[in-house]
Amino acid sequence: MASGEEDGTVEEKETNNKKRTKGTIATAWLTFYNIAMTAGWLVLAVAMVRYYLQKGTHKGLYRNIAKTLKFFQTFALLEVGHCAIGIVRTSVIVTGVQVCSRIFMVWFVTNSIRQIQNEESVILFVVVWTITEITRYSFYTFNLLNHLPYFIKWARYNMFIVMYPLGVIGELLTIHASLPYVRRSGMYSLRLPNKYNVSFDYYYFLIIVMLSYIPLFPQLYFHMLRQRRRVLHGEIVVEKDE
Amino acid sequence: MKHYEVEILDAKTKDKLCFLDKVGKVLPSFSLHWYPARQSIRLDPKGKSLKDEDVLQHLPVGTTATFYFRDLGAQISWVTVFLTEYAGPLLIYLMFYFRVPFIYAPKYDFTTSKHWVVHLACMCHSFHYVKRLLETLFVHRFSHGTMPLRNIFKNCTYYWGFAAWMAYYINHPLYTPPIYGEQQIRLALTVFLFCQIGNFSIHIALRNLRPPGSKTRKIPYPTKNPFTWIFLLVSCPNYTYELGSWLGFTLMTQCLPVAFFTLVGFIQMTVWAKGKHRSYLKEFRDYPTLRSPILPFIL
Repeated sequence: MASGEEDGTVEEKETNNKKRTKGTIATAWLTFYNIAMTAGWLVLAVAMVRYYLQKGTHKGLYRNIAKTLKFFQTFALLEVGHCAIGIVRTSVIVTGVQVCSRIFMVWFVTNSIRQIQNEESVILFVVVWTITEITRYSFYTFNLLNHLPYFIKWARYNMFIVMYPLGVIGELLTIHASLPYVRRSGMYSLRLPNKYNVSFDYYYFLIIVMLSYIPLFPQLYFHMLRQRRRVLHGEIVVEKDE
Repeated sequence: MKHYEVEILDAKTKDKLCFLDKVGKVLPSFSLHWYPARQSIRLDPKGKSLKDEDVLQHLPVGTTATFYFRDLGAQISWVTVFLTEYAGPLLIYLMFYFRVPFIYAPKYDFTTSKHWVVHLACMCHSFHYVKRLLETLFVHRFSHGTMPLRNIFKNCTYYWGFAAWMAYYINHPLYTPPIYGEQQIRLALTVFLFCQIGNFSIHIALRNLRPPGSKTRKIPYPTKNPFTWIFLLVSCPNYTYELGSWLGFTLMTQCLPVAFFTLVGFIQMTVWAKGKHRSYLKEFRDYPTLRSPILPFIL
């Protein structure tokens, strides 16, 4: 019976060691990932400011930063994976919805419908995204390094209150501007008759996407507000109980 | 006779809701202001609900028993939900079949399709949902009386939405019949009918496991009916046959929305089958090891 007990503790130690190694690898990867993303979005911010200062107009700005934006925004798909394997404790669905809506805007709206690339609404949401992402990724980085300056925490949990609605306005205006071009070109659409007996109209699909902001945006917004209350005011409540 | 003192606390707030002084064997259905179907009574705030049939004497409590109460929210009966969610597709599909105005271009109003497979598909689809309605009324024996009210909105959106989406294309004036023509349709019809009979046989076999009014659970076994012999290999053959029926219907109509509906249904039924299989294994020591949840040997 004594040797049985010894075996038990040896196994326990092995699994604990494995867990600790996995945890260290995860932390190292996440730190690298968040630093890289912060840097990427900073590069975008600098590029946009430089372009505007040199040219004095926003026309052609999107074309200028398109490649960098597509790269770093697409890379964010990894975050869904982080939630799925559990190294980040956020809901896969919430992250999935947020990342997918970004990917959709970048690849299926601004990238494929060239005529709207000089719209002011595009600049609006790209600027909002840049500010939001720099704040968010630097927050995660400092958190992982256990040295979180209060102003980053403040920015992360307060700026979204204005940034989120502004971003939504930019995105909705952009989709709306693209509608006439989509209708005229019939892009991404499949008409009847065909052997699969299905049809798809990208024009109506975009309208449905716009309508879906109505139920989805409040849910994401209030989710962030609840998180904000918990993080910024949660500590006070705990102290009271003790 | 031993008497119990019973107190009921709210599972979340731990407020005392009710105190009963001299309780006999059975906990009376007391008048908290929620109707009984909404009441979940449990021994542990985070544990499972006690059943209606549980008896105080046989529960692990002393002479002073503490129970925890949870409000399950507004409830609706399973029968009501099933009838509503199945009547919808039946009627909606027929509206598309008869080309009721405002769906297709006005020149097609109240016309009929020139393809005989479209008529066949309508008969199969309607038969399927009539069968489901009749089974709900006369065959199924439900373990629970009710489910949460919000389920009816979720379920009806699913069934009615998909029915409309499928029916729109199958009954469309520009519908394209199956590539392999009569051969494909005949094969599809055979598969569909075979699986409908199979599904019905399983429902009857499951019904006969349970005497009327009881909620006993037993291991289902193959009967004299050959369609039930699949019990040798599968825990939930009703889902297996249901998948087969919809595969048949997909083949018959050669319609991508139908394929999509089949896929989504298959995923949901697999989740249910796995859960059921797991509870069979937990409850019965001698549960046959050859059986898989939904697909023989595979899933």
